[in-house]
Parts: sequence; structure tokens; C-alpha cells
Amino acid sequence: MIEFHLDTRSGVAPYLQLIQQVRQALRLGLLQEGDQLPTVKEVSGALAINPNTVLKAYRELEYEGLAAARPGIGTFVTKTLAGESLAAHEQLSADLLAWYRKARQAGLDGESIDAIYQQTIRSAVQEERV
Amino acid sequence: MTTAVEARGLGRQYGGRWALTDCSLTIPAGHVCGLVGPNGAGKTTLLNLATGMLAPTTGTISVLGGVPASGPEQLARVGYVAQDTPTYAGLSVADHLRFGAHMNPHWDAGLARKRIEQLKLDPKQKAGKLSGGQRAQLALTLALAKRPELLILDEPIASLDPLARREFLQTLMAATAEQELSVLMSSHLVADLERVTDYLVVLVGSRVQVAGEVDDLLASHHLLTGPVRDASALPAGVEVITESKTGRQSTYLVRSTAPISDPSWVADSIDLEDLVLAYMGGATAVRPTLASAR
Amino acid sequence: MTWMTWRQFRAQAIVAGALIAVIAVVLLVSGLKLASAANAAGLSGCHAGCAADASNFIDSLRGGIYQMLFYGGIGILYLAPALIGLFWGAPLIARELEAGTYRLSWSQSVTRTRWTVAKLGIVGLAAVVTAGLISLMVSWWASPIDDALSLGGTNGPVGNRLSPLVFAARGVAPLGYAAFAFALGVTLGVVFRRTLPAMALTLAVFAAVQVLVPTFVRPHLIQPDQVTRPLNPAAIDTLEISGPDAQMTVLASANVPGGWLLSNQTITPAGHVFTGPATQACIGPNSTACTNWIGSQHLRQQVTYQPASRFWPLQWAETGIYLALAAGLGLICGWRVRRRA
Repeated sequence: MIEFHLDTRSGVAPYLQLIQQVRQALRLGLLQEGDQLPTVKEVSGALAINPNTVLKAYRELEYEGLAAARPGIGTFVTKTLAGESLAAHEQLSADLLAWYRKARQAGLDGESIDAIYQQTIRSAVQEERV
Repeated sequence: MTTAVEARGLGRQYGGRWALTDCSLTIPAGHVCGLVGPNGAGKTTLLNLATGMLAPTTGTISVLGGVPASGPEQLARVGYVAQDTPTYAGLSVADHLRFGAHMNPHWDAGLARKRIEQLKLDPKQKAGKLSGGQRAQLALTLALAKRPELLILDEPIASLDPLARREFLQTLMAATAEQELSVLMSSHLVADLERVTDYLVVLVGSRVQVAGEVDDLLASHHLLTGPVRDASALPAGVEVITESKTGRQSTYLVRSTAPISDPSWVADSIDLEDLVLAYMGGATAVRPTLASAR
Repeated sequence: MTWMTWRQFRAQAIVAGALIAVIAVVLLVSGLKLASAANAAGLSGCHAGCAADASNFIDSLRGGIYQMLFYGGIGILYLAPALIGLFWGAPLIARELEAGTYRLSWSQSVTRTRWTVAKLGIVGLAAVVTAGLISLMVSWWASPIDDALSLGGTNGPVGNRLSPLVFAARGVAPLGYAAFAFALGVTLGVVFRRTLPAMALTLAVFAAVQVLVPTFVRPHLIQPDQVTRPLNPAAIDTLEISGPDAQMTVLASANVPGGWLLSNQTITPAGHVFTGPATQACIGPNSTACTNWIGSQHLRQQVTYQPASRFWPLQWAETGIYLALAAGLGLICGWRVRRRA
């Protein structure tokens, strides 16, 4: 069973963090098809978060086809992500490394690089949401 | 029941002073509503009106569709944990449970017993000898075992240490999930708001400053930064909440239902804590945005 | 709410129960002895004509343990309602308001009215029962002495059971006092919301009432009897002359066996109080001449009193008034508690 955690300073909404952690676990094979996700009560009790947040995350996972709710029993994983995009991962890693080297050559230090990265990703995520 | 608390023009006067003025709210059921504001803003007064401890001077308030404290059935639907979580110092934990059982027709004795065991409280221990956190948990247990539809809490964690605070919120959230409660909780601490609440009411100086679903509030408030200008240069249709200027830069916190599309302003989102602080009117640090290539 | 009221009252009930038990044992043991002493003095079943035996009996008790217990019984019945008002009444609701626990009680599924009614009713009943039991025991214990005094036994410093000091410690009156003191304490506690000021004021008001009622109210609860008869100069036991005008006061003895003497006046044939002035005959040392002169004035003695038979009617009347006051205070209490909303 997956155990969630919350990073209050990441600037990412709690329900998104839960979704990300489920996806991550699926990718790494920690969660497999048929596994039960922790109940809303367990998650909200463990993390001290609003149950509606957990419900929202689970509904989103359902919408993405990653999980399905069985009323009265729980929410279960319906699909795995492991292996699916591993190939894509390697290519993306390489691209990112190239970009990083370019930024270093342009004279940016670690913090500036991180700042640009955070800013760009955040704007992109927001645009996606809208 | 879709509305937990409905207030229309609600006001309460003590002597010459108005503790709550012209308060109109529609707090939906099925949410955890945070009632925030500085000390003395009127939070306890509003909660006292909701629980029927006080009667309004002007206006009306209805809770779960009924008049607060109007009869045993109405009282049974609302659980209340008052400020400083009062308990009977001379009565033991077990006596408190018996008290609850005798005073509430819908009392769930099994739930109460299970909670006390989980909390590792000694049933024979007198409530006066419990720690602050334990007393708060006992008061919460009494309110929950009554099986209410709405739970009202007045600053329950204000005087607790961080661990006790976290444990209390964990218990509260788990119970909210399990019993499908609506919760109305006041606090002058803003730190835990975002993880716990999904509806927010900000009360300052006896008036409601802003109220709404947390997601809507976060989506509709924007931090606009740009070269120093005055408010007339802002996009049309925005409501200014706070503003600050340095020599070169203007920063405005605005509320707008439409998205900000004016390119002369950099629009950033704001987190819940800063949003509340902005409404509470303090000269607080507004998180600086990065001037980045967009 | 019944369970909770009892649970909060438990400690006080145990104390009261223990005290009643102790009083019961003491009074039972000595009361039986006292009753047999009265029998031995020839007073059992005697309703008239035993004044001499009664006096002897009363004299035999002076300075002994029975006299001590007699006054002790009166003392306990004076204290009991006051203590009930202070320790059962004043804290009943004030303690919850002070400690803030009312916010816990009033948010359970019991309305504030029901909460108040349960507290007032249960503890109020306990107050009345406690006072009633103590009064029953003390009245039973003292009945040989009360009867002897009513038969014309010498009064001494304390009187028969109609006299103000004893009346409040007999019969059903203490129940009324207890109910009133209790209701007074609870109401003051609700009004002031603090236990200690409520206790202080309860004591002050209750004491004042207990002094005012026998002085101004009780004599007139039932129309007193009045007897007017010729003044017998030989029975004069008070004669005073004072002032530059030789103002004179003359009183003959008035003995009302078992009754309560309210006033004893000497009036002239015209109906006014006799004030003299004294003649020369009374200023000198010759008392026979003075007596003769007084006789020639055709004075009359007017005695106002409550006869012994009025004991129980007065008891019921006074108790009724106190119970009505208690009920009124209870209503005020309920109204005030509801009004916090």
C-alpha cells in the first residue's frame, strides 16, 4: 500500500501532489494493477488534510483511467505506467542534461538555473490548467 | 441539507460595541470551512450565534436549515468544541462519556470507547489532570460521538503544542471523512489552512472581508507586478485588495473573475496563507515573483 | 440530565447524608431518654392542669445536656437552610458559568430550559427533603419539652414552639426556608455568574428575610386574637414613672400558655394607652395608696396574641409564602438562563 506525504512548501496543490505520487509509484512499479489505494479516511487522517482533497485526487485518477472506485470497498489501480514511458524518460533526461550544460556555459549559477526552470514549468502548468 | 450555515445581515451588539456587523454568508455543507481573522474580529461571536449560545441583535442565522439551539433535535445535529475545550475538571474521562451518553439520544458509545482507546487515555483519569492536547481530544471525542451533521470548533488548537496540534487535526480530518461531517472551524493561525479547509471566511473588524471556496479564491486572486504605476493603470474589472510600491515596482493583489490578459502586468498566483494575510490587512511579505522571460 | 445532576451533586449529597445519619443517631438515643423522663414527671397524656409538673420537668432539664441539645437543634435548623443556599444553591449554575463548562453542557442535545429545570428540581428536592428530615427529627426530639412549655411550664429564656426563636426550627417551616434559600442562591448565581459574590449576597439577603418575616409578617399571617379585661391592680408587674411630666407606664402580667404574646397594653376607659401622669400617691414610697389610685382609674388590659392552636395554621401559611417565593425565583432563574441566547 502506498504511503502519501505532503510538501507544504512546494507550491503545488495538495491534490496534485497526491496524483503525482500515485503516478510515480505506478512508474516505479510500487503500485500494480489491482492494488488498493488507501481509503480517503486513512489518507486524510495520516496527512491531516481535507477529505475532499483526497476525493478530488482519486476522481482525477479515475478520469485519467488510472484507478476505479468500487463503492463500499475502496479505490483500486486499473492501469500501470511502468515501462510505458521508460524510453521517453531516457531521451528527456538527455535533453535536460544538454540544456543544463548550455545554461552553465551561458554563465548561470545553480540557483539561477533552478529559478528559470521553476518559473517556466509553473507557467506552463498553469496554462495547461486554464 | 446543502447549506451548513446561512446568515443574512447578522449582527450582534454588546453594550455599545458591535462584535459582528452586517454578516451575510452561505456556507455549504460537506466542506471544512475555516473562519479566520485576528483576535477580537468577531469569530467567537459568530460561532456563538451559530450554536445558539447568543441571540442576534440584528439579522438572522440558520444552521442546517434550523434555528440554532431551538430544540433537542436541532441541538443533536450540531457538535461544538468551545474555545479552550472546556471539560469538567472533577469528572473522569469515563464520566465524561457517561455524561455524553445521557445527554444525547444519538450517542455512539462504541465510537467513543474506540477513540478513547486509540488516544490511550486512562478512563479513570480526571479531566483536570489531562494535558491540554488530551483535553482537546476528549472534547472532540464528545462532540464526534454525538454523531452530528455539523461540527463547530472555536480555536481548538490555539493553545496546543505543535505535535498536539497535528494530532488533533489528524483526528478531525479522519472523523470528517468517516462521518461525512461539515466542519466550521475558527482559527487565528493561518499556517494549517490550505491542507485542512476547502471553504474560507475571513473576518476582520467585525465584518466579513471575503468568503468562498478555497479553489475559487485562489483562482480569482492574482498578484500583479510591474513598473511603478497607480491603480488606474490596472486592467478593467479588477478589485484591488492590497497595493504596495517601491521606487521602481508596483505590486497589487487583485481579485478578478476574468483571467488577466494585460501584458503590461505580470500575473502570479498567491498561496492561501498570503491571501488571508493580505485581507487581514497586515503589511505582510508578498512573495516576490521572478522577472522571467514569458 | 438526571444522571449528570446527580453526579455533580454526589459529594454534597454524601456529606448531607452523613450529617443526617449522625443527627439521627444522637437525637434518637437522647430523644427516647427525654420522652421517658417526661413520662416519669407525670406529663404523658396530660392536656390541662399539669402546669406544676411541667414547670418541674423544665427546671430539671436546665443546665444539662438536654438544654444543650434543645438549643443545638434550633441552631442546626437555622444553619441548614443557609448552608443549603450557600453551598447547594449559589454554585449550582454559577460554577458552570464561571468555569465555562456551560458551553459543554448547552451544546449537548438537552435544551437549556430542561437543563435548568433538572438542576433546580433535583437539587431543590434534595434541599427540601434534607431540611424536612432534620426538622422532623428535631421536632420529634423536642416534643416533650414543647408540650411541657405549652402546658404552662415556666418559659425561661426561650419560649414554647410558637415563640419566634423556636417556631423557625419546628414543623414544616424549615422546608420553606430551605427551598427559598436554595432558589435565592441559584438565582443570584445566575445573575452574578460568579460563585463567591452570589454566596455572600445569598447569606445577606436570607439573613435579612429571616429577621424581617417573624417581626413584620408572621404576626399578621392570621388575624391575632385580642382580649380586653379589667386591669387587676394586684397583678401589676411593671410600673415606671419617668420624665418631667411624670409619664407613667403600667403593665399587668399576661400569661398565654403555649401562645405567642404580641402585645400587652394598658388602656384607659376612653380606649387610649394609659400614660399617667402619676399622682402624688405613686411618687412617694407608699405603694398601697398608689395601687388604690390605679384601681380608681378603671384601667383595662388589652392583650394581643396568637393562641397555641394557631401553630400549624401559621406554619403552613408561612411555609406557603416561602415556597411561593422559591417558585418565583425559580421562574426568574429559568428566564435568565434562557435569555443568554
